[in-house]
Amino acid sequence: MQQLTHLDRLEAESIHIMREVVAEAQRPVILYSIGKDSAVMLHLARKAFFPSPPPFPLLHVDTTWKFKDMYALRDKMARESGMELLVYQNPEAKERGINPFDHGPLHTDMWKTEGLKQALDKYGFDAAFGGARRDEEKSRAKERIFSFRNAAHGWDPKNQRPELWNLYNARKNKGESIRVFPISNWTELDIWQYIMKEGIEIVPLYMAAPRPTVERDGLILMVDDDRFPLKPGEKPVMRSVRFRTLGCYPLSGAVESEAATLPEVVQEMLLTTTSERQGRIIDRDAGDASMEKKKQEGYF
Amino acid sequence: MTDPSYVTDALIAEDIEAYLELHQNKTLLRFLTCGSVDDGKSTLIGRLLYDSKMIFEDQLAALEADSKKVGTRGQEIDFALLVDGLAAEREQGITIDVAYRFFATEKRKFIVADTPGHEQYTRNMVTGASTADLAVILIDARKGILPQTRRHSYIAHLLGIRHIVLAVNKMDLVEYDRELFENIVDDYKDFATGIGIEEFTAIPISGVFGDNITDAPSANTQWYEGPSLIHHLETVEIANTAAQARSFRLPVQWVNRPNLDFRGFAGLIASGEIAPGQQVRIVPSGKTSTVKAIVTMDGELEHAVAGQSVTLTLEDEVDCSRGDVIAIADDPPQVADQFEATLVWMSEEALIPGRGYWLKLATQTVTATVAEPKYEINVNDPSGLGSHLAVKSFDLNSIGVAEITTDRPITFERYEDSRQLGGFILVDKITNATVAAGMIHFSLRRAQNVHWQALEVGREQHAAIKGQKPAVLWFTGLSGSGKSTIANLVEKKLHALGKHSFLLDGDNIRHGLNKDLGFTEADRIENIRRVGEVAKLMADAGLIVLTAFISPFRAEREMVRAMLAQGEFIEIFVDTPLNVAEARDVKGLYKKARAGELKNFTGIDSPYEAPEAAEIRIDTTQTTPEDAADLIVERLVGIWTPDL
Repeated sequence: MQQLTHLDRLEAESIHIMREVVAEAQRPVILYSIGKDSAVMLHLARKAFFPSPPPFPLLHVDTTWKFKDMYALRDKMARESGMELLVYQNPEAKERGINPFDHGPLHTDMWKTEGLKQALDKYGFDAAFGGARRDEEKSRAKERIFSFRNAAHGWDPKNQRPELWNLYNARKNKGESIRVFPISNWTELDIWQYIMKEGIEIVPLYMAAPRPTVERDGLILMVDDDRFPLKPGEKPVMRSVRFRTLGCYPLSGAVESEAATLPEVVQEMLLTTTSERQGRIIDRDAGDASMEKKKQEGYF
Repeated sequence: MTDPSYVTDALIAEDIEAYLELHQNKTLLRFLTCGSVDDGKSTLIGRLLYDSKMIFEDQLAALEADSKKVGTRGQEIDFALLVDGLAAEREQGITIDVAYRFFATEKRKFIVADTPGHEQYTRNMVTGASTADLAVILIDARKGILPQTRRHSYIAHLLGIRHIVLAVNKMDLVEYDRELFENIVDDYKDFATGIGIEEFTAIPISGVFGDNITDAPSANTQWYEGPSLIHHLETVEIANTAAQARSFRLPVQWVNRPNLDFRGFAGLIASGEIAPGQQVRIVPSGKTSTVKAIVTMDGELEHAVAGQSVTLTLEDEVDCSRGDVIAIADDPPQVADQFEATLVWMSEEALIPGRGYWLKLATQTVTATVAEPKYEINVNDPSGLGSHLAVKSFDLNSIGVAEITTDRPITFERYEDSRQLGGFILVDKITNATVAAGMIHFSLRRAQNVHWQALEVGREQHAAIKGQKPAVLWFTGLSGSGKSTIANLVEKKLHALGKHSFLLDGDNIRHGLNKDLGFTEADRIENIRRVGEVAKLMADAGLIVLTAFISPFRAEREMVRAMLAQGEFIEIFVDTPLNVAEARDVKGLYKKARAGELKNFTGIDSPYEAPEAAEIRIDTTQTTPEDAADLIVERLVGIWTPDL
């Protein structure tokens, strides 16, 4: 008897899901957001299809406002994995100069929600891997691993297909596409442990380091480039900070921390008990059911 | 009571490396919680999450605010709000779908499938149970065993869950009464033994106050001698580990061919273990080979076990692709095309016996038809739970037994031996919805040692000797649309071109082969199925087959299409509007139908589903039969003999 650990079994399940998609979908793609969950998903994809490179491209729906470190890691990982990297930026958002400072929620809506829909339509992808986890948020706890979207990319939580055993029904109706979440059953702690166990490279922003920051509305924001509009008299202050989640740098709140190594980050996470999305402004937009609403509208 | 937290803060603070080491080696248990609406299920799960620190600070702040706003517990924290996720159900105050939760203790990580209690959601419970090692059945101590309790226990047992926990909740509301607890356990034991549950673990708990959740016995239940809920969950055997003891099976998901020198077979090991050098058999072909290597990105493995996703390479160049099962050579699984199975119907649309559905089992997808049910199992009426009811079909949430026939043999095991090779889903071919879950009991026609023989004189030889490519010209349309007229003309023209053909129509089928069939929906489906089978045999014999039947249902036409080789089925839609066909009324049938003398008449009181993408469409209001026949022959010649 060989006891498989929880990480062994989570890994096996995720690999099984990815292989099912490749066997049954016409044109799969991996949505690569460069965060730690994406990093784990990409690593799992490489393991699933080894020695072949994963038989699908990486798609980054870019907002032009990610951290510089994120762009650097993205390009490096694309090179290392031997996968094609597709970067999509919503042309309308670009033209109108949509940015997180002046446009609030419209920024996420146009660059991310609309950008994603446009990118999927443009390339005709019928199955897109996403790194969402069920422990992240309440509406995700009920979402299937194979989650169908109608032609307008909307999600209907009342009309989900039952998923039994490890059998996935990947048959689509006309116009439908599938979001597939291979790491649905992983928790944040699982992700960190797996990153450590497998030595997966992640964006250094997850570890504490002195960084130029300002404080706004109770969030510590990093001044990652000179597009950051400083208020009169406002001066970036060097603080030792790290990030729990990474998105657009003007929307990602940092936490003050001295945890400069992975084990220290996990230690801090377990002891400070502040959940992962706390540093992300996006969930606060529309009160409690905001993520569910966003998903119905087509946000990933 | 000791600290209710399952996480050792001290170890985390002092030696994080040691803590992580400890937690990397946890095992994984999946379990299911079920109970009636007010049994306190969400509260219990909320507490497990809360005590194991799976709730973080800001969620907690939101929870406290929510508890005051919409909670049902006054100023106290309402744990149920943590797990009732979707906005709609929070408004109704009930959970409506299966949700997955996660928590961990020092020894194990747990995935909890949280399923709702009301009976219309049987399908959610079945979904949650399909992956669970254990079921926690909640009972309100004040109410004792309810019909729901029996139903949930029955379903958990049916889905092969071997560990049942009877959690008698709300003990705080009955003053932790020992006798009351023991009476409930005795009642449950009588029932459980009756349905074949051999053992269960009963635990008196309070979800609100935490009695016997982490430690047992609690101060209030000093009389209780069993384990705490957590202790039991941490020590029970995991099904996945048990599967290692059985024979090796790997359903092949995907063939990995990065270059000509490498051919790997990827899949999740369903049972047993494997090592390089072992002899394996590819099922259903029966070919044998030897495992060369177990390939991973981290190097080759010395051996692999059930539950691992692997890539195998073999010593020999054998045919093996998605849908095949690689098994240990001396004990391969069975192959058959007819089974008895238990079905759980999950769709608003009832089962139509005889209709073709997609059946997916492990990595195999085939067309399957379900015969008229043998019986439905009563899971609703508590007085006769498990008794058999005679039914003609299955509706949403019904559970019953029926015979299933697949269009080609599949590799399987009994569900009780293997969830992976004994459990399947049925998918509607038109809506693509998952309509049923099935569990195989046994095969009805044993084909264990009969490997599909390629006949020496095959369909190609039959066709070649006739100098033609076989095809099935499937004419569909309303009664009186002109199907037979056009089909007859087409056959004459084909004959004149020296082609071997045969026309199947109502006259030669209804009076002979199908004279036992009437005009109900089920009979019409069976009629078409038989016509399809005959057409397939004739196509195998190399003939060009013409069929002229109303064949009103899209699903049946698609079923026949799926029986035949790619491109062989040519659907011809003889498109005549109802008023035109009725005005013609060659056989006087419309008149009779309108007068109520003919029941189930297509177009009048039975629907006609027009083809969406027929290969050929004939508009009979624009085209004469002669022109239509020319057009079809021309198209056909183009399709099957480009050199003619």
